Order: sequence, then C-alpha cells, then structure tokens
Amino acid sequence: MRKQLVKVTGILVLAIVIAISGIVKAADEPTIKVGAIFAVTGGASNLGAPEAKTAEMLVEKINKEGGVKGHKVELIVKDSGSKPENAISLAKQLIEEDKVLAIIGPSTSGETMAIKNICQEGNTILLSCAAAEDIVNPVASYVFKTPQKDSDAVRRIFQVMKAKGITKIGVITSNDGFGIAGGKQLAKLADLAGITIAISEAYDKQETDLTGILTKVKGKDVNAVVNWSIVPAQSMVAKNMKQIGLDVPLFQSHGYGNIKYVQQGGEAANGTIFPCGRLLIAELLPDSNPQKALLMGYKKDYESRYKEDASTFGGHAYDAILILVEGVKKADSIDRDKVRDAIENLKGLVGTAGIFNFSSSDHNGLGMDAFEIFTVKDGKFAIYK
Amino acid sequence: MCPGGKKMNLPQVVQYCFAGITVGSIYAIVAIGFNIIYNTTGIINFAQGEFLIVGAMTAISLNHFVPLPVAILLAVVITTLLGGLIELVFIRRAQNASVLHLIVITIGISILMREAMLHIWDEKVRSLPYFTGTGVSTITIFGAHISPQVLWVLGVSAVIVMGLTPFFRFTLTGRAMRACADDRMAARLCGINDKWMVTLSFMLSAGIGALAGCVISPVTQTQYDMGAPLAIKGFTVAILGGLGNSMAAVVAGLLLGLVETFVMSQFDVAYKEAVSIVILLLILVFRPSGLFGKHEITAMRAV
Repeated sequence: MRKQLVKVTGILVLAIVIAISGIVKAADEPTIKVGAIFAVTGGASNLGAPEAKTAEMLVEKINKEGGVKGHKVELIVKDSGSKPENAISLAKQLIEEDKVLAIIGPSTSGETMAIKNICQEGNTILLSCAAAEDIVNPVASYVFKTPQKDSDAVRRIFQVMKAKGITKIGVITSNDGFGIAGGKQLAKLADLAGITIAISEAYDKQETDLTGILTKVKGKDVNAVVNWSIVPAQSMVAKNMKQIGLDVPLFQSHGYGNIKYVQQGGEAANGTIFPCGRLLIAELLPDSNPQKALLMGYKKDYESRYKEDASTFGGHAYDAILILVEGVKKADSIDRDKVRDAIENLKGLVGTAGIFNFSSSDHNGLGMDAFEIFTVKDGKFAIYK
Repeated sequence: MCPGGKKMNLPQVVQYCFAGITVGSIYAIVAIGFNIIYNTTGIINFAQGEFLIVGAMTAISLNHFVPLPVAILLAVVITTLLGGLIELVFIRRAQNASVLHLIVITIGISILMREAMLHIWDEKVRSLPYFTGTGVSTITIFGAHISPQVLWVLGVSAVIVMGLTPFFRFTLTGRAMRACADDRMAARLCGINDKWMVTLSFMLSAGIGALAGCVISPVTQTQYDMGAPLAIKGFTVAILGGLGNSMAAVVAGLLLGLVETFVMSQFDVAYKEAVSIVILLLILVFRPSGLFGKHEITAMRAV
C-alpha cells in the first residue's frame, strides 16, 4: 500500500514537472533554425571561409540584440569542401533532419545548381551566395540569390571594352559551375556588344600552370583576355600572361573580389580590370551613398574580429541573412511559405551587394548599377576611371 | 577545331615547348620522390604529395622570420624528420603487412596529413616568392618567354637526380636500401638493418618532396589540399618512366608535359587530361615496366 502511494506520488510529481517545463518552454519563442552550406575548405575556400565567418558574426550580433521578433537564431554551418556532391547530402540533412527554415549558401554556382531542386521540392528557402544567373533563371519559387548577376557583370565588362576600343578577345574559364555559366553569358552577349570571341577555352579548376592555354590565346592576336573563375588560378593568369609576353589588358569576373587574389598575383596583378560590388572601396564612397553606412559597419566589425580584409563574398552571406531576417520580420511568422512570400515582396533593401528589389519574376533583385568597375593599382583595389 | 595547326611560327612552337617544359618540370620533380621509397620497400607512397605541401607551407611560414634559402633548408630538415617519424609510427608497426596493406596505410597517412595541415595553416592559398626576379620576369629565347623559376625547377631536379643515381648505385647505404626492396629476408641475412633502411627511405623521400614543394611553390601556389592532384600526376609520370628510375622520371615528366601542351595547342584543352590517361593505359598494357624500364621486374629497381 505504502509502496503504491510512493509510486503514485512519483508519477504525479513527474507529470507536474513535465507540465511546468512545457509551460516554460511555450513561453519562449521557438528558435529560427538556419542552415548554412559554405565551401569553408577546398578550391573555393576564398569564398566559403569569409562567408562562414560573416554568418557566425552576424547571427551572434542578432541574438545579442534579442533575436528576430523574439526568436533566437540558431545557425548550423556545414562545410561542403567546395564539392557539389557534398552540398547535396548536406542540403538533404538540413532539410530532413534539422528541418531548417532556410539554407544560406552554397558558396559556388556548381553547388547551388546541385541543390536547387532539392530545396524547391523540400519547400525550404534557399538564399544562394553564388553568382550564376541559372540559379534564378528560370525562377524556382523557393530559390533566391544575393550576388549580382553574371550577365550584368559581362555587360559592364563589355561597356568598358567598347570604351577602350577592344573588339577581339580571348576567353578562358574554369571548368566548374561559375566558369561554365560565365563563359555562356560571355558568348551570348558578345555579338550584341560587337565583340568577337576569337578563342574560348576551359581549364581544370586544379590547374597548376596556365602558360600553355595562354600561349594558345596569344596565337589568336586578341586585344584583351577575360578570365572567368573563382579558383586560385585567377592569380596565376596575370603572372603567366606576363611570363609569356602577352601584353594585353586582363579582365576578371566579379569572382576576383578578394584582395588575396591580388596579393598572390604580386606585381603582375596591377592593371587587372573587373566588375564588383562596392564593399571593396566603401571608404571612397560619398557619404550620401545609401550603402556606405552598412558597408563601413560590416567592414569594421569583420576586420576587427577576424584580423583580415573583408571580401565581397562575406558580404553575400551578410545579405542572405539580412534578407531572411527582413523576411521573418515582415511576415511576422516563421512559417516557411509566409517568409518566402515576404522575401519575394521585399523592396529597397540596402545590402552589401546593392539595393535589393525582389519580385515574383526576379529572385536576385539587383540591377546593373550594383556593379562598380575596379582595377588593381599598386597591389590595391581602386575605382577604374 | 585546329585552325592554328599549320600556321604556327617558330616563336609560337618554342613558346608551346616552354609551356610544356613548365608543367613537365613540375610533374618530374614530384615523380622523383615516389622512386626512393619504392626503391627500398616496393611500395608506392601516396602521401608523397603531402610531403611537398608540408615542405612548402613550412618554408612559407619560416620565410617570415629568416631569409628564403634558410627557410627552405629548415623546411627540408623538418619535413625529413617528419617523414622518419611517420615511418616509425605507422609503417614500422605494420610489421607483417603486405605491400598492398602498406599502400593503403600511406593513403590513410595522406588524409591525416591533409587534415592536420588544414588545422595548422588554414585553407588559404600561399606561395613562396620567386627565387630570382618576380612573377613578371621572363627570359626570352627565340622570341619566346619562360619564367626563371622553371629553370630553378629543372636545375633542382637535375641536382637531385645526379645525387640520387650514384647514391643508389655506388654507396653502401644506397645499395643496402635497394637490397631491401629486392628481398627483405635475404638483405637481413646479409646483415643489413632493413628496418632503418625503410625509415631512411621515408626520410629521404620526405626531404626531397619538401624541396620539390618549395621550388614549385612560386609557380603552382600552395594550398593544403593540393598534394593529391600533384601526386597523381607525379605517379603517372613515375609509372611512365619506369618505377624506381629517377632519371627516367624526369625525362618522362618533360615528355608528358610537352605532349599535353601540344595536344592542347591543336584541340580543346579538355582533351589534355584524356591524352595523359590514354598514354598511361597504353604503357600499363604494352610496357608495364615503363618507357625506359627493362622487362625483368627486378631490373626495374636498378637505377
């Protein structure tokens, strides 16, 4: 009898404890789970590493300030090692096991294209930090991207070429998602701009020397060379061109926006021309520029915390989180579909890459004016004039 | 597809040759390291590529404090010791393992080293400065240009080969090392300390790998995970030349570089890799002892 009483009391106490803890939990807003897939290691680590650092820094800041509408943000960062096949399994894991609200990243176009359908079918918002236009064209309702479009980068480059009287160019690209997509845009838009592509070649993304391929380009008597890649080979191009005496202007893509590529290129990098977001020269912007305050703030936070220069890539991750946070605020909900609808209707949102104006047909939201043309002067980025 | 074929003029041909020599010299210097451990143990060390990267990374870090030659020297010494340590910890313990087991162990070592390097040096790309001049200096021959660093790579390869060939052929230690590969038991019966010979071969191979890594670093740049792709090319070249023969490795390396570059000049760049794989397959089928190897298996180990 006594034994039974103990048992009953025990169960009662247990029930009360569970009930109370349930109440306590219910009083707290649920956390927002955000997955992130970045190429922290591997060939695209110059993109993924600053992206992961930026995301961690920003989420920490948001939580310190009380979260988003009372929800704390939980960031789950996964390293893809720059491999699309890894991105696929990580995306599935984040969607099915972690049940995240949204995925930030991946860093590269190849990885993003590999998981575009997985996210769409899994009804999970994807905010890609990769550049290729294919990511948002055709539009998949759950898929957005934060970097400027590669087609706009190509248009800006062709504008500069026209002004310089360049008509015949050689194109080299890395044989990964970013390079292939860029090569396609260059080929598509060249005719319209009155520019002839005399030769277009793709090199392996792990290439250790490019003198061979550049010798081939040299044989075509081109007025300029365009390199489209995000891999370390970017810094090799300038050196190898000088080494074989190919003395024509070198244009790079917006994948060149990390000062490390310039440092690796040494004095050969001087004179390189490329389109990029304004983060690199934030301090040179007039105070009236709507992006200036945000850019300077991000740059200062990042550089004082990590003791390295901020890059546009980290900025793409910054924008992705910013967009998600604004979406949650506007939807006042953490329901995936409501947040998705809210993001699609965001207008005039100032980010690091430019000013975002999303719509149901434009899931990038940036225009050609998001690009500035840069050059390298004495080992530093400068505005091209 | 190949409009440039007939129109190539002399400077262009020379320029392609130089481009071929540039990549070929990198293949060659990587391949040499494979031969030393093979000469003693008969195993292929798949961590050879990582030795290169450890050497280069160490030199890059030390170069912040000491001049370049000292940094490279120290890096070679450190990597040599590391090679010995790795042998003592991993290979020597697997006493009765077959050659195949040992090869699998070296794959494990390569993964381990790669991850360790990621933690020590992070994921960033680095490089040593050019030994002479800068990234833009060139030497002009017959109207074509070549980076002086390529001459450094070739020169260092030549010095290594000239040192290794007499070492394996004439010195007591060198001959003892080769004896171990031929017949470990017989070597032991002759009084050769076979265990230390294997350790020595790992040290030598690691040291030469580190030197190779430093010399190619200005050209290829250095990143923690570059070892494996470099090792695959080096391995291809080592097989092509005939395993165990360092001189043949250099010739085969240059040959492969030139073939790849001329294929590239006439066809799409993508065919380059296909050609080197086809060459490797043909060699394996028709001349398994390599281009310069003799037909008897044992003779392959003669230098």
